This record gives sequence, C-alpha cells and structure tokens, in this order.
Amino acid sequence: MIFNNEKKFSVLEFTEKGIYCPIADIYIDPWKPVKSAIITHGHSDHARIGNGHYICHQDTVAILRLRLGLDISVQGLAYNQIITKNGVKISLHPAGHIIGSAQVRLEYKGEIWVASGDYKLMPDGLSVPFEPVKCHHFITESTFGLPIYTFPPAAEVYESINNWWKQNASEGLNSVIIAYALGKSQSILHHLDQSIGDIFLHGAVANVSNTLNDNGHNFPGTWVTPEMNRKDIQGAIIVAPPSALSTPWVNKFSPSRKAVCSGWMQLRGARRRSGVDRGFVLSDHCDWPQLNEAVLATGAENIYVTHGYQTIFAEWLRERYQLNAVEMKTQYEPATGDIE
Amino acid sequence: MKAFTAMFTAIDQTTKTNQKIQAMVDYFTHAEEQDKIFAVSILIGNKPKRPVKTTELKEWAAQVAELPLWLFEESYHIVGDLAEAIALILPPQQKAHQFTLKDTLAFLVRLTDLTSEEKKALIIDYWMSTPVDERFVFNKLITGNFRMGVSRQLVIKALAKYFDQEQTSVAHKLMGKWDPYEETMQSMFAGESHLNKNYLPYPFFLAYQLDSEPETLGDINEWCIEKKLDGIRGQIIVRNNEIFVWSRGEELLTNKFPEFNSLQTSLPNGTVIDGEIIPWKDGHPLPFQVMQTRIGRKNISPKYLKEAPLVMVCFDVLESEGEDLRSKPLMERREILKDLVSKHTEKKLLLSEAMDFNNWQEVADFRVNARDYHCEGLMLKRNTSPYETGRRRGNWWKWKTDPMTVDGVLLYAQSGHGRRANLFTDYTFAVWDGDVLVPFAKAYSGLTDKEINVLDNWIKRNTLDKFGPVRSVKPEYVFEIAFEGINSSPRHKSGVALRFPRILRWRKDKSAKDANTKNDLLLLLEAHKP
Repeated sequence: MIFNNEKKFSVLEFTEKGIYCPIADIYIDPWKPVKSAIITHGHSDHARIGNGHYICHQDTVAILRLRLGLDISVQGLAYNQIITKNGVKISLHPAGHIIGSAQVRLEYKGEIWVASGDYKLMPDGLSVPFEPVKCHHFITESTFGLPIYTFPPAAEVYESINNWWKQNASEGLNSVIIAYALGKSQSILHHLDQSIGDIFLHGAVANVSNTLNDNGHNFPGTWVTPEMNRKDIQGAIIVAPPSALSTPWVNKFSPSRKAVCSGWMQLRGARRRSGVDRGFVLSDHCDWPQLNEAVLATGAENIYVTHGYQTIFAEWLRERYQLNAVEMKTQYEPATGDIE
Repeated sequence: MKAFTAMFTAIDQTTKTNQKIQAMVDYFTHAEEQDKIFAVSILIGNKPKRPVKTTELKEWAAQVAELPLWLFEESYHIVGDLAEAIALILPPQQKAHQFTLKDTLAFLVRLTDLTSEEKKALIIDYWMSTPVDERFVFNKLITGNFRMGVSRQLVIKALAKYFDQEQTSVAHKLMGKWDPYEETMQSMFAGESHLNKNYLPYPFFLAYQLDSEPETLGDINEWCIEKKLDGIRGQIIVRNNEIFVWSRGEELLTNKFPEFNSLQTSLPNGTVIDGEIIPWKDGHPLPFQVMQTRIGRKNISPKYLKEAPLVMVCFDVLESEGEDLRSKPLMERREILKDLVSKHTEKKLLLSEAMDFNNWQEVADFRVNARDYHCEGLMLKRNTSPYETGRRRGNWWKWKTDPMTVDGVLLYAQSGHGRRANLFTDYTFAVWDGDVLVPFAKAYSGLTDKEINVLDNWIKRNTLDKFGPVRSVKPEYVFEIAFEGINSSPRHKSGVALRFPRILRWRKDKSAKDANTKNDLLLLLEAHKP
C-alpha cells in the first residue's frame, strides 16, 4: 500500500519538497529549498541548505550556523515552547537522537500530528531523552525496522569501547574509532575514560565539538592538524567520521586498530564488509523493540512510516496492531558511504 | 561452547593470519581437553550432518519470537545468513546452561533419530539457554554450512605451534578421513602416530601460478617442464598388499577407480605415486567433462569403463620400498619413477614426460597454444626441488594458458551470502541470439569491492522485474567473462556449459549491442572439440 506522494492529508502532507503543513505554510526537514522550515536535527539529510527561514531547537541553532552558514535566518525554541502559525500550534519535543534533536508536534482544531524525525528511546547519556507525545497521526522513521535489530544498552557499549582502547594502548597501538561527526562522536567522547590516553579528533569531529563547546558543552579531544608530529600520537584514541575511513589520513596513525560504531554493526556481513577490526553496535536510531514501543506510546491510529524498512514495518504495524499504517517515500537517506 | 565461540569470534574479527593462528593456539591452550579434537575437525572443514530441515528451524524460530513467518523471511533475506538471522531474532536468553563442544555435537547426532516435535523442544531449549553469539555458532553447526575462516594451512601452523612440532609432520597426521569420536589429541598428534596408519597419503605439494616472466627463473636447463593436465590430482598408495587412491581434496576414491585395483599386486609394497588421474583414449586425454560425469555416478557400469578408461599420468614418487623419498631432489625421484612405470605393463600408469625446450621463448609459445596439445598449460619444476608440503612458492610453478573470454551482458542479479549478504554479487550473463539475450554463464567473482558497490547501487535503480531473490535488470552493462573450458550442453539455453567462469573485467567501453553472440560461443566450442 504505497500512497501517492501528492496525496493530501489534513494537517500535514507529503509533497515533492518535503513534509508540509499548508495551513501554517511551513515544511518539516524539506529536501528542496522552501520559504520556512522546521528542522528536527542537524544531520545533513534533514537540515539542508537554501531555506528562507529555519526553526529548530535552541541547541541546534549553532549547529545549523556551522553547517549551513552564519548568515542563515534561524529561530531557536525550547522543548515544549509553543508557537502559533495561522491557528496551528507548533512545539518541539525531545527525540533523543542527538543533541538538540526534536520531534515536531502540530495541533490544529484538536487534531494532533507528530513528525519524529530521527529518534531513539534508549538513553545515550548525553542528549535529552525521548519523550512520547500523544497524537492522532505519527510519522516514524524505520532505519532499523526489522526484528533482527536489538541493540545492547549504550552504557555497555561505552564500556566495551574503553576496554578495547585500553587493550590496544597496552599493545602500543592507536585506536581509530569511526562515528558520525555530529552526535555519535560527542556521545562517545563524553563517555571515554580519559585516564587511558590521549584523545584526538578528525577536523569534521573537532568542528562540531568546538561549536558545541562554545555553547556550554565540554567535549575532550585535540584536533589533529597537519603540523602535528604523528609520532607523538601513541596509545591514543582518534575519533573520525565514516568518510575518513577510506582515506590515507586514517592510515597515518598506524600501527592502529580501527572500529566502526553503528547500528549496522549488528550484522556480521556488514561488520566484515567494513574492513575494520571491530564493530560496536551503537546507534542513534531505534532498534525494533524501541520502534514498536514508540509507536504504541503515541496512541496514534495513523502511522506514516518513512526512511528505512518502511514497507515491512508498515505491514507489521497493520497486521500486529491493526493500525492504519502506510509507507511514505522521503529523501532522508544518509549520503553513500556514511554510516547511519 | 564458550571457548569455541570465543575462538570463532576472534578469527572472524581479524583478517591478519597471525592473529587467527594466535586465536587457535589460545583455544588449544585453554579449552577442555575432550573438546579439542572436535574443534580441529571443524576447523579443517568437517561438518556435522544436518539433523533438521531448515524450513523447520525457520518456523520454530519465528514461533518462539512470536513473529509471522513472512517477517522472519524478510529478515533472513536482509541478513543473508540463516544461522545469524535465527540467532538475532530469538528473544533474549532465559537461562544459563554450559554446553561443551563435544556435548553440542553429540546433541546434533542424537537429534537425527527423534521425531520433529522432540527435536523442536530440544533445539528451542538450547536456543533459550545460550547468548546470541553461542546460538549463532550452534545454528551454524546445525545448518551444516559452517566455515571457520581459516585455511587448513593455518590450522596446521597453529597446531604445530601448540604442540611444538614441525608443520610437515602435523600436516601428515591430519591427512585423510579420521573420526573425532575415535581419536584424541594424543592419538592424532603425539610423536610418530602417523607412521602406523598405512592408508595415509602424504600432504600434497601444490604450485602457485607463475606471476613473473619465465626468464626470472634462470637457466632453463635447471627446470623440468611438463604438461599440466586437467584431471584429478591424486596419490596412489600400495602398502601391505592394499591399494588406496586419494584425491588432493583428501577424498578416498579407491572405489571410484576400479581400473587401479590390479596395481595392488603389480606395484611393489611401499609405493606412493603422485599424478593426475584422467580419462585417456587413443593416446591423449579426454575432456574434463567426461571425468565429471563418471565421478558423479554411484555405480560405474562397464560402459563407462570402456568409454572413459582412466589412467594416472605419473609425475612424482613419494615413497619407494617403504622409504620416504620426499627430501631427495626431483631428478632422483623421477629416475625411480621412470623405473617403476617402465616395469608396469598394463598401461594404467603413464609417465608425465619432461618436455624438451631450448629456451623460455619456446616454452611461452607452447603455453599460448596449450589447448591444442590437450593440456591447460605447463608445470615448471626445479630439478633439485624436494617434495614440499602445501602450496609454496619458488620450486614449483604452474603456468596455465590464458583463459578463453567472451563479452556478456548482465541480465540477472541475486544477492550473495555471508560477507556479501544484502549486496547484489551473483550475476548471470547473456549473449545475443538474434535479437534475444540468452544466459550463458553465472559468475560470482572478479569484481573489486568498489565495483560491486557501484553495480549494486545501479542494480537497485535499474531492476525490471523481481523473481523471488532474483532481479532482472536493464540489459546495459557488458562484462568480459573468462573461462577454462567449453562443452556442449543441451541443458543450457545457450547450448554450452563453461568451466570456471568468472568476471575478468567490466567493459565500460562497450554497450549491450557490442556483446558476443551465441554463434561466437558455438564457434569456440567447435574450435576446442577434442
């Protein structure tokens, strides 16, 4: 059951440019330039360049300025703060995905819609944890919408990462850890045991960390600059984004071991294909139990399943819970080569 | 299973051979004694018999997980590995029970005779008593397609390190078929245990493909050059008035080759000959396909014995009068071999002739046309070489002739398994028959990881139709397919069957219309008729 993307719904529509509220004349995470956009979080497939005005959570403002330019017009909201546009009450609620990530709640004449962007229920120990929002219509992602995905608690994974680093350092090896520059890198940095050794950052990670540090955070790590003597880097951990994995940059830390942090690492095939020494199952998305729990917690009858295993997850929701679940095509796909 | 699973995980997590060896040595050092011999058996690739049907396993797993079967199937399709899909989909472990590897394998044997309901109860109990990683290894054992990711050579290295013995000695002790239920680490590997087993073959000496100009090998007079035949490499052993014929895959094939039975009286006791077993008629070998049909038969009728009579083309002697000759130079071994073969009058044994070439250029010229001489290339062996163990560089080289090639259009794609799960890596290629494309070859290998990713992406965007896991794609991309042999085959639409097809390169310079035709294949077939 695939709905035509042009199909009109009452409060929100799925259009060519993105998810649209015609009454408030505002888009959510549009993938083509529009006049006014609400941005759920700072990842590049959700926060795109060229929009006239941006509305996002206050912690995302600095990230948007970093990634989209200092001159953008942007308005930051606190969680639960309500703004009204042409009778539509709009508010942001914690999504637990990364720092500053939000679900968007829209209420018009008693009908409530929630677009959740990317989200997770499992606390990462850094971003404000997800809060379920009661609604009639719920838009959910389905990145890991298969029952093979059950993630271990993040705290256990952080501990494994520290143990891995300690082991590598004791063998005189550097540890290169690959994680998304925005979000996952910071939650890892926040949980690293700094007594083990030095922490170094790829430029992309350092950029994000510096911006967040200017806004009250305190993430550790030193930017690896070309002037630095690489011989001084020993037994250290280096945090780098997925795009760095296939470049010579990463090999300069050898002898080293490399690890990728991603939900995809749950599968052996993906682990082996990544060509690294270790795969840590660490995700900023929901696993299968979390997706099920989140959908049920909203109490919504109408579920719109986007990016991921949308066909399968929508069919499951219809069959198992008799929900009115449909799949919606969107363009929220990380660039090729990125992980999650 | 904890220790065994830990070893498997350690091996699985690294691509470095030293770390794999260390993982095995660690296991042998710490595992329970009774488990070790079973681990050795599995490490070198022996698989337990499958006691249940995979369809049943799927149903039971879906039931325990309270999921509809279609959702299980979708998940399995994404994972690309049944054992892993089941391990991941089951609810978390509910109780703890430590199974040893020996227990687990005995458990699998015991299952065979039980009813389906009894099997179900026991297997579910096992699943729910183990964590995900042990479940996965258990499922791998039960589905019978376990691959540990180590070569036999690595296992030999690890055992040699653990026992502090020579690798050649360990390799010898591991030869042939042995039963872990009847052996112990002691009976298999202690001292000179292998010398009491008169049926054991010697580890084969294998050659790498020559990867440099032959001139780099030095003076041609220091080399023994023979035709490389396309048969079955084997050892004929005559000891204590018994004959054993082993393939290099370590199958005992004595019963498959009744032609050789008479050798047990005509060859002296204490003789081991290495050579190529091949069907032979009117002074030259018959195509490999003839052998293949014969090997596939359970009973060999007199008709086959007449149509495809086998000989061994002998190229080495490893034991004579009970003496191990392997450390002697090839020249000396060949003299003994010549003598043995010349005394043999039944024509079941032929001598692999050392060919006469004046210089390397003549060798190179012969190689180009090797197929015209009923061989697939040449073997180059240093006259002074001992008979080594396993695949080694330096003293022996094979120098196969270039494969035949045909340009085919990509027509169908299917996702692979294991490392290639969820990626389209299994391809079917077609040639033109008029304006219709007919499939002629399937190939799985030859592309780089990068090319596979690009192609996978393209396939997903250019699918015309889905047939289960198979996708038909827009006929657009052309690939050069290499193969070693071509035979007529009424079972294939293209009328031919290829031997060892693989992708040589992606012909981005060609479009679909430039691909070869069915007629081109038939011409190739005609040119290579025996």
